[in-house]
Amino acid sequence: MTNYVELMGFGPRGWGLLLLEATLMTIAVSATAFALGGVFGALIAWARLEGNRLLRLAADAYTTVLRGIPDLLVIYLLYFGGSEALTALAHAFGAKGFVGVDAFAAGAIAVGIISGAYQSEIFRGAYQAIARGELEAARSVGMSRWLMFRRIIVPQALRFAIPGLGNVWQLALKESALISVVGLTEILRQAQVGAGSTRQPFAFFITAAALYLMLSTLSGLGFQRAEAVAMRGVRRG
Amino acid sequence: MDFDFLGQTLLLLLGGVPLLLQLAFFSIAAGAVFAVLLALMRLSGNPVLDHAARSYVFVFRGTPLLVQIFLIYYGLGQFPEIRQSFVWPFLRQPYWCALLALTLNTAAYSSEIIRGGILSVPFGQIEAGRACGMSRSLIFRRITVPQGLRVALPAYGNEIILMTRSTALASVITLMEVTGIASKIISETFRAVEVFVCAGAIYLILNFAISRGIALLERRLSPQTRERAAPAGVPEPAR
Repeated sequence: MTNYVELMGFGPRGWGLLLLEATLMTIAVSATAFALGGVFGALIAWARLEGNRLLRLAADAYTTVLRGIPDLLVIYLLYFGGSEALTALAHAFGAKGFVGVDAFAAGAIAVGIISGAYQSEIFRGAYQAIARGELEAARSVGMSRWLMFRRIIVPQALRFAIPGLGNVWQLALKESALISVVGLTEILRQAQVGAGSTRQPFAFFITAAALYLMLSTLSGLGFQRAEAVAMRGVRRG
Repeated sequence: MDFDFLGQTLLLLLGGVPLLLQLAFFSIAAGAVFAVLLALMRLSGNPVLDHAARSYVFVFRGTPLLVQIFLIYYGLGQFPEIRQSFVWPFLRQPYWCALLALTLNTAAYSSEIIRGGILSVPFGQIEAGRACGMSRSLIFRRITVPQGLRVALPAYGNEIILMTRSTALASVITLMEVTGIASKIISETFRAVEVFVCAGAIYLILNFAISRGIALLERRLSPQTRERAAPAGVPEPAR
C-alpha cells in the first residue's frame, strides 16, 4: 500500500504529476469535443426543425449513422483519413514522407461529431418544449429572428436541455478515453505508459478508473447545480 | 471509386462478423442475467444488498469501458494469486477478458433499465396477485416480468445496439472483429475512408436488423396497443 502511494504520489519516483497533467488533458479534449458537439448538434437540430426535405434527410442520416457505428471507427477515420489527406496536400506542395494529424484535433473532432449526434436530439426536444405562445409573443412585438433566437429560444431551451446535456457530457468524457489509441496522452494513455514501465498495470488502471469516476462525479454535481440555478424560475408541482 | 478494393475490404471485414456477434450475444445474455440479479438486489429492501448494487452500477457507469477492459486484461495479471489460480487460463486470453468486461459493463446499464421496468408495474396488479393467493415467485413470473419487460424493451433495445457498437473496443486488446480488421487494413493501405465506409455499412446493417427485431418483439408483447392503433371509425371485430 505504501508502495502504491509512492507510485502515484508527487515524489521523485511518483507518477502523480504526469497523471495530473493527463487528467487536465482529458478535461481539455472532452470539453473541446463537447463544445464542438454543441455547434454540430445545434446545426443538426436546426436542419431537422426548419430545414427543407433534403436537409432533414441529411440530418436524420447523420444522427442514425453516428449513433450506430463504433466511436473507435470514427476516431480512426478522422486520424488516419485526416493524415492521408494532409500527406497528399503536403506532397502536392513538394514535401516528402508522412504528415500526421494532431491527435488532439482528430480526437476532439471525432468525439465532437459523435456528441453532436446526441446533442442534436436534446436541442430538438428542448426547442419543442418551449411554449408556442412565447414565440408568438416575440414575433408580435416585432423581434427579428436573431433577437428571438438569442433572447427567447436560447435561454429557455438551454434550461430544458441541461439534464440531457449532462448525460452527453458524461458520454464525451468517457469517449475521450478512446483517443488514447491514436496516441494522445490523456488519462488512459498515461496509465498505459506507467503500467508498461513499472509493470504494475492494475495499480495504474485502477487509478485511471478512479480519476474518471472523480471527473464524472464532480461534473455530475456541477450539472445538478446548473439545473437548480436554471430552473429556479420554473414553478413545479 | 475503386470497387475492387471496396469489394475485397468488405469481404475481409465480413470475416470479423462472427466474432462480433459472438461477443455481443454472449455478453448481452450473461449481462442480462447479472442485471436482473442487480436489479433485484436494489429492490430487495436490504440496505447491504441495495448499497452493493448501487456502488457497482456507479463504478461501472462512471468509468470508460476501455479502462475496464484494460483493468481486466492487463491489470489482473499483476497478481501472482490470479496467475496461479484456475481462472488464469481464461483471463490470459483477450477473448474471455473482452467478454467479461462487456458483460460487467452492460450488466450495470441494463440493471437500471430492468429496475425501471419492474417499478413501472402498478402495485395494484401485485396486490391483485396476492389476493388470488399467488406465491411471490409466481407473481414475479406471471405479473411483474411480462409487464415490466414491455416497458423496459425500448430502452433495452437501445442498450443492445450500444453493446453491438461497444464490441469494437475488443479490437484494442488484439481481437480481430470488424473494427480490428478495419484498423489493420487502414494501417496497411492508408485508405481510411473506403475502409470506414465498408465497416460502417456492416455496423449499420446489424443495428438496423436489431432495431427491427426489437420493434417486432415490442409489437408482439403489446397486443393492447395494436387494437388501439386501428383507424378510427372501423368497427371492432366480433370476438
